Amino acid sequence: MPFITLLATLLALSAILYQLGKGRALRLSGGRPGVLHSLPTYYGSYVALWCALPAFLLVAVWIIIEPMALQALVLNSLPETVRQLPLARLSLITNEMRQLAASGDYRFASSPEARAAAEHYRDLHQIGFAAMAVLVLTAGIFGGRFALGRIRPALRARNRVEQAILFFLFVSSTLAIFTTIGIVLSLLFESLRFFSMVPVSDFLFGLSWSPQMAMRTDQVGSSGAFGAVPLFAGTLLISLIAMVVAVPTGLLSAIYMAEYANPRFRAVAKPLIEVLAGIPTVVYGFFAVVTVAPFLRDLGNQLHFSVSSESALATGIVMGVMIIPFISSLSDDVICDVPDALRHGAYGLGATRSETIRQVVLPAALPGIVGGILLAVSRAIGETMIVVMAAGLSAHLTANPFASVTTVTVQVVTLLVGDQEFDSPKTLSAFALGLVLFVVTLALNVVALKVVRKYRERYE
Amino acid sequence: MSDLVQQLSRSATADRVQARLKQRYAAERRFRAYGVVAIGLALLFLVTLLTSIIGKGSSAFFQNEIQLNITFEPAVIDSEGLRDPAAIAGADYQALIRTALGSLFPEDTDRASRRELIHLISQGAELELRKMVMNDPALIGTTRPVWLPVAAPVDQLLKGHMSRNTELGGQFNARELARIDHLTGQGLLAAKFNKWLFTQGDSRQPELAGLWGAVVGSFYSLLVTLALSFPLGVAAAVYLEEFAVKNRWTDIIEVNINNLAAVPSIVFGLLGLEIFLNVFGLPRSAPLVGGLALTLVSLPTIIIAARVALKAVPPWIREAALGLGASRLQMVTHHVLPLAMPGILTGTIIGMARAVGESAPLLMIGMVAFVVNIPATPLDPSTALPVQIYLWAASPERAFVERTSAAILVLLCFLAVMNATAIFLRKRYERRW
Repeated sequence: MPFITLLATLLALSAILYQLGKGRALRLSGGRPGVLHSLPTYYGSYVALWCALPAFLLVAVWIIIEPMALQALVLNSLPETVRQLPLARLSLITNEMRQLAASGDYRFASSPEARAAAEHYRDLHQIGFAAMAVLVLTAGIFGGRFALGRIRPALRARNRVEQAILFFLFVSSTLAIFTTIGIVLSLLFESLRFFSMVPVSDFLFGLSWSPQMAMRTDQVGSSGAFGAVPLFAGTLLISLIAMVVAVPTGLLSAIYMAEYANPRFRAVAKPLIEVLAGIPTVVYGFFAVVTVAPFLRDLGNQLHFSVSSESALATGIVMGVMIIPFISSLSDDVICDVPDALRHGAYGLGATRSETIRQVVLPAALPGIVGGILLAVSRAIGETMIVVMAAGLSAHLTANPFASVTTVTVQVVTLLVGDQEFDSPKTLSAFALGLVLFVVTLALNVVALKVVRKYRERYE
Repeated sequence: MSDLVQQLSRSATADRVQARLKQRYAAERRFRAYGVVAIGLALLFLVTLLTSIIGKGSSAFFQNEIQLNITFEPAVIDSEGLRDPAAIAGADYQALIRTALGSLFPEDTDRASRRELIHLISQGAELELRKMVMNDPALIGTTRPVWLPVAAPVDQLLKGHMSRNTELGGQFNARELARIDHLTGQGLLAAKFNKWLFTQGDSRQPELAGLWGAVVGSFYSLLVTLALSFPLGVAAAVYLEEFAVKNRWTDIIEVNINNLAAVPSIVFGLLGLEIFLNVFGLPRSAPLVGGLALTLVSLPTIIIAARVALKAVPPWIREAALGLGASRLQMVTHHVLPLAMPGILTGTIIGMARAVGESAPLLMIGMVAFVVNIPATPLDPSTALPVQIYLWAASPERAFVERTSAAILVLLCFLAVMNATAIFLRKRYERRW
């Protein structure tokens, strides 16, 4: 791992320069550290930062630029006939080249040309890395020397170092924004490519979904196979079943926990219910497949009733179980936030506890509860593993909970696991689905958070 | 007269009130019962889930093995007597097993019986013998009893997961059953601790499939996630809580963080696929990329938890530090952060626990391949523990159901340890001001 060695060398260099900087500051102070503007360690950090920051910046730039530059260089060295190939073939070739070069094992090269190109790629990569390493180390040394030369007792080393650290803190805090921008851009970019092949209206309002058909090259056009309505309907059906299970169970247990349970019962039962939230969703998926779905199917058989073994019901019930703790803990918080004065007023008028809860506490807590339910719906819509394992693959437009339906997330996973071709509508449609998913969940979250926040303010 | 009417009507009102009160109390009791039923239902689900998985998975920690008297025939292993490692590695170890089996069942000499016999033994038995000989060439020429894994169907039969009746899904005919019973009667078949599960990578043979490759892959991913999300998350929380001025910009950041915490994890997978794989050209299926994607998933959790922990540090600590001449950054790094650290660590562990169980983003970036080798670096193709569960759950063999449940138990154990650590930290170091 030459890369790790380079990073380790840089760190070691910074450590040495730190000591040098600290020593130089102490020497310049002439035995009276009091004349220094900052503590000696800050002078050390100042020098170390001047060494490390430019060097790491260079490494970062190299990491980003190198693959693209290398690919362009190698492609240019390929014969003209290869360069004229369509983009898809070309990316296959560069992939092979990269893999050959990475493994260092050229026996499996598909042709002597591929082998030559891979070797060329590897040579260029090694030369580039060596040049970068020399450049980075030089930059580090020069940066450090420059900073060492600037050390004076009056140098405001602490302020400089703190400025650098504050800048790092600031950049870290903006990461959330960049992540959001990254999500939007990457989803939008691929979705636009998809919508250039399939019209938006066909995608949003089409009633038939069969992306596999578009793979056949002899098929004229691919429109009609990408109508996402059955997926939306399936997602909504499963989410609805999940909510039917989760909302009453979660809400009622929250009410009992908050209003009736004694502290000892609460201390035991609340964490136990929250264990349900800590179980990975892949476990729920497996539970749905091996336990709940066969149980429902057998039950259906006994009642002479056809239940698919990938029924929306089984998937929805298990997803509902996953969401119970989510609703119960959010509602619990909200119910506990309702001021006691309201309860006491109701008791004073002679209301029983359940009447107080139903007619006073719940209406007061309603906005918060609704916000929590909206968050839960957004979770149900975006939940992936349970539906991938337990729901069906083929799209049926049905409202029958005993039939098999598919969801948006199932399709995203099935379209993207395995071979991906970033020029076929099949692969790109996954990004369009992802975009819809992101927009819908985002809207739900924004509304839910706003409702909850408004509610909080009311009782603060 | 009027008195009587009054009395009558009063008692009528009283009766009505009494009756109504009865109804109201009944409603009260019903309402209470609904709550108990709801909690009971939630707990029932939990218990069903755990018992179903423990019931299915516990037997996978044991694997039936057969004791064979193997003669390490020099003519088969190393006919030239040169002890050449290549020759030893390429030798026909199945022949040794066939001979040993033949001596157990001398009367079964026809080809069909021979084939049935060898199908009792796992294909991994040959690898096991090869490993033994490679480690210790002095074995060649000796005869010794060796415990070797049986094939998955035999294992399932012995564990009672497979019916003896072929009409009910059994795979063995009467002769085979008789042989297995004969071996059991002689004490040559025994359940031993399933070491493959904890040392091997994935395999098409259920009896040889192990979790170790997935555990290592998960470990590398988590290492990357921790190395990135802890410093970045704490830095972001410190900036927002201690330095940022309340304005539009910080509002946008806050809203963004809260929203990212609720974005479906599969969307982060799509982002990882597009940015890390397509734009930056990082290798597919690598734990490094998995770790990067999981960083995005766990970062909002960690930032939110760290902010709560920082908020809990009382303002007079800050005022005292500033009053003694500390700079704002010194106040944070020397005083506020150390006091908030237990809370931050608790949040980080919970965020990591979420990342361990996360599989959807890993599917997107290709950590869902069939990987036999144990990954040596974070750049090697690999799976992760939850993805391995997903892969095994999709395998048709009956024996994989058992192993999937065992893998889930292992995953749940990891999660339990992490969460217990978080609770311990909170209980032990949390300060109430």
